[in-house]
Amino acid sequence: MKTDIVLAGVGGQGILSIATILGAAALKEGLYLKQAEVHGMSQRGGDVQSNLRLSSSPIASDLIPFGGADLIVSLEPMEALRYRPYLKPEGWIVTNTAPFVNIDNYPAMEDVESELEDSGNVVAFDMDELAKKEASPRASNMVLLGAAAPFIDMETEVIEEGIRSVFGKKGEAIVESNLKAFRAGLEYTRQLIKK
Amino acid sequence: MKTKRLLLGDEALALGAIEAGLSGAYAYPGTPSTEILEYVQSHPLTSQRNIHSHWSSNEKTAMEEALGMSFCGKRAIVSMKHVGLNVAADPFVNSGMTGANGGLIVISADDPSMHSSQNEQDSRFYADFAMLPTLEPSNQQEAYDMAGYAFSLSERHAIPVLLRMVTRLSHSRANVETAGEAQPQNEFHYPANPRQWVLMPAVSRERNRRLVEDFKLFEKESEKSPFNFYKEGSDKSLGIVVSGIAYNYLNEIYPDGCPYPVVKISQYPLPVDMINRLFDECEAVMVIEEGQPFIEKKLRGDLNRTGRIFGKLTGEIVRTGELTPDEVKKGILNAMAERSGLVATEPKGESKVVMPRPPALCQGCGHRDVYHALNDVLKEFESPRVFGDIGCYTLGFLSPFNAIDSCVDMGASITMAKGAADAGQHPSVAIIGDSTFTHSGMTGLLDAVNEDSDMMVIISDNLTTGMTGGQDSQGTGKLEEICLGLGVKPEHLRTIDSLPKNHDEMMRVFREEIEHKGLSVVISRRECIQTARRHAAAKAKKA
Repeated sequence: MKTDIVLAGVGGQGILSIATILGAAALKEGLYLKQAEVHGMSQRGGDVQSNLRLSSSPIASDLIPFGGADLIVSLEPMEALRYRPYLKPEGWIVTNTAPFVNIDNYPAMEDVESELEDSGNVVAFDMDELAKKEASPRASNMVLLGAAAPFIDMETEVIEEGIRSVFGKKGEAIVESNLKAFRAGLEYTRQLIKK
Repeated sequence: MKTKRLLLGDEALALGAIEAGLSGAYAYPGTPSTEILEYVQSHPLTSQRNIHSHWSSNEKTAMEEALGMSFCGKRAIVSMKHVGLNVAADPFVNSGMTGANGGLIVISADDPSMHSSQNEQDSRFYADFAMLPTLEPSNQQEAYDMAGYAFSLSERHAIPVLLRMVTRLSHSRANVETAGEAQPQNEFHYPANPRQWVLMPAVSRERNRRLVEDFKLFEKESEKSPFNFYKEGSDKSLGIVVSGIAYNYLNEIYPDGCPYPVVKISQYPLPVDMINRLFDECEAVMVIEEGQPFIEKKLRGDLNRTGRIFGKLTGEIVRTGELTPDEVKKGILNAMAERSGLVATEPKGESKVVMPRPPALCQGCGHRDVYHALNDVLKEFESPRVFGDIGCYTLGFLSPFNAIDSCVDMGASITMAKGAADAGQHPSVAIIGDSTFTHSGMTGLLDAVNEDSDMMVIISDNLTTGMTGGQDSQGTGKLEEICLGLGVKPEHLRTIDSLPKNHDEMMRVFREEIEHKGLSVVISRRECIQTARRHAAAKAKKA
């Protein structure tokens, strides 16, 4: 088993909790993991990414080479496009389509959408909206994790356990809300692949 | 009991030190080294064993405090970012002369690619001229294992050890197997050679001769180090010297094994015999190292190797920025072309619409209000200059503020504003954060006090060390007293709250103090929005 993921978003959006959950799940499964994060200056509203590598055999590099990622998982549509050179030709982009506009020269949405459409295997929808409807406005990242789960070589139950262990301290209500968001995202992608 | 855990490189190193009987950890926050002391602070053994883990005022004080703990026979670590080693350079270099008593590890975390730094300086050069052994872990497991190893090495030779980290190791998580139990701490005991700690010329001359002799022993340690090794390869047309994290990239691009013989280096001084063997057996040698071409220069210089040496100096490997698997592949292809068995990977599918998204000050951050008011006031003057400093407020350089004219090193805002005022600059304004002020601003302010320099210092006090994630700031609650104690005139020490509603009031205070002919200090204060949120959440949880 080997899945290489580029996690992307804007500083403060919560991509690192996705990494933490997958990390907890990987540890439980006895998988190898390497996950390079960004700390410091870039966390202040800048673009952030994390290279997350999961494998059943030892992993050499902390960084994913060009054309090496199985998945780009992004909380923001323009940020998903930033890392396209890292994606394998047969890889998948799973991204939120709700833009995070904190720069003056943010591109026109139709340009972002049309590039996404031309990007091969893509799951793109408004995850903020689905999170708000199904769980809580703060759970977009769990919708994203759910939507990406079918492409990660790991049982969904194991990822759900990861969610429980990471949010457990915050109480059962928060755990349930995050699980609900996760399952909503999962269901969206399952329906899409079925077609 | 051995346990497997997911740890950042920084955390693995900190845990390794704790489990090896650490008694004191010292540091000033700095990306990418901050998590080392934070991890020590969070570990249950720290309170159980009374391990020192308070933040220091700067890297120099931290280094000296750690040296004092080592003097008393206890194991200590001191951690900093690479430019922090500049601040600590005086005690660091002289610690080679005093030597260590209790094991002493100096951790310097380099930041190639400058993710959050001013330069790409390579800490290995410092250890070289201080004549100290250096360790450079290539992965998280080595970072953990090296802590205990470094303490032993340090105590075996009564010498501090530099441990060089880099961003990609500090801030990358991986599975680490840990001992799961801690060795006892050292007993309090004084150095066997007390004379050596008094660096008067007569003592130092004697000690210097001894250090030069000891350096040969450090070389022997490197030859037999478990972290350095010679790996056979079938194709002798090239030999590769690879150090630290670059070793992982070499393994990544040759998943079935590198065809060339490899010398992997994670301990310095260089294992000369191992390297000479590589030169003897191979037609050419390539050096792959993260950072500046340290090993490459050593090969051409100290080792006096001639012949074909490929690397950063000769241009096969990219000279600036951090290495990646792709850059290492490109480097080998540049030297060996298709003989390397590698196929170039060019980035494909680059977006045509993506824009850069630089970091920005948070919404609701007090620094914003300071810059808004300052910019509005400075419009009234012909040629104002604002000397900035290191912290979140450095982001005031970017749009929409475009408010600062310099950012050099910790504390330089005050001293550069003074030098500019000396040259006739008016208004000459310094802007500095509270933590940076107590780190390196206070001494410069004393210079300005002594000459009553015509300048205004704004201390933008957010009650924390913000950029690195909100560590305690050493001057919190004491800034007015510090300024008055240094001799700032009470009538020109002003305090305001940095709030949008105080915009006009802030403008008035800034204007008055710029117009005052002489030194003024304005403390504009508002808690960092990030730490304020955390404090509110913690309070709500308690209630």
